[in-house]
Amino acid sequence: MIERIKVGMADLNVVKSPGILVTLGLGSCVGIALYDEHVKVAGLSHIMLPSSKVIKNNQNRAKFADTAILLLIEKMLDMGAKKDRLKAKIAGGAQMFTSATNDNNLLKIGERNVISTLEVLDSLNIPVIAQDTGGNYGRSIELYAETGVLLVKTIGHGIKEI
Amino acid sequence: MDFLDGMHLDVLKEIGNIGAGNAATSLSKLLSRRIDMNVPEVKLIHFNQIEMVIGGAETLVAGVYLEFTGDIQGTILFVLDKVSANNLLSLLIPNYSIKNEDDFSPLERSALQEVGNILAGAYLGSISVLTGLSIKHSTPAFAFDMAGAILSVPMIEFGQMGEQALFIENIFIDGLNKIESNFFLMPNIDSYPIILKALGVYK
Repeated sequence: MIERIKVGMADLNVVKSPGILVTLGLGSCVGIALYDEHVKVAGLSHIMLPSSKVIKNNQNRAKFADTAILLLIEKMLDMGAKKDRLKAKIAGGAQMFTSATNDNNLLKIGERNVISTLEVLDSLNIPVIAQDTGGNYGRSIELYAETGVLLVKTIGHGIKEI
Repeated sequence: MDFLDGMHLDVLKEIGNIGAGNAATSLSKLLSRRIDMNVPEVKLIHFNQIEMVIGGAETLVAGVYLEFTGDIQGTILFVLDKVSANNLLSLLIPNYSIKNEDDFSPLERSALQEVGNILAGAYLGSISVLTGLSIKHSTPAFAFDMAGAILSVPMIEFGQMGEQALFIENIFIDGLNKIESNFFLMPNIDSYPIILKALGVYK
């Protein structure tokens, strides 16, 4: 029986091969998958907001791109991963509704989540090897610790492996 | 919500209750028939549990989204599952039959947007009457997708303030057709003190 771990909103988790990490219904949130191929350790984070720095109520580190990535790396290192071997894949960051007023920051949060995620990964020298972001539709993702494959499922926009 | 104490929460719940009453009246007028509505459940729930309310993160739901501005700002999201949406449409559209099990036609979308529009007007109208604040709202936007993805929109707004969301569940009943709807009313963080002050509960 392969271990299948659900990662909720503003949550993260790690697993060793052959485990699978799953997060369902990503909208504007971003799913950040990190993988160390050498030891087959996978980590998945479901972030909601770009940065912990502009928000007072920031105790939950898994909620923000900046703090979640650091926490996810810590947990992966505990399981034998090495930081310089980590590679990233990201998915999500959609804009579910198009606003009539057009300049609403909340609606563009998906895009801001993606930008912040890429910046944080770049600052940590973690290469982003695949990305399926944007659009106006939801995504469910599954990260396979055995292969590092990230499966992206949508309603009406197909299924793909990245 | 972590920053709100019990009294503030009671005030917001009361606004939710009054708004829901107005919403049922407005809907009855639109449909020219009596719509019974149960006492809406107004509650705060942790955003890890929210998708369970609608039946799972991958359940397909219709969402109507609006923004409000004026003395206070915020967003409104009206969510219903496919069955409830079709039940509602059968009341709105003469000789209605479900054409597509998996999607909504432009007419159906437009009808659901109009209901969202009316409900938003009813809720915001009650806040306006209670507080004397002036509030306008935008035209509605529509999406049909996974519940988790649609609910991430209000969840992110609440995520900036705490770990919970205010959630209003309405069940409108017309004869045998049950229409379960979920309504999220989300003043932005700066608007809470303005509402509470206007109600005289916040110094």
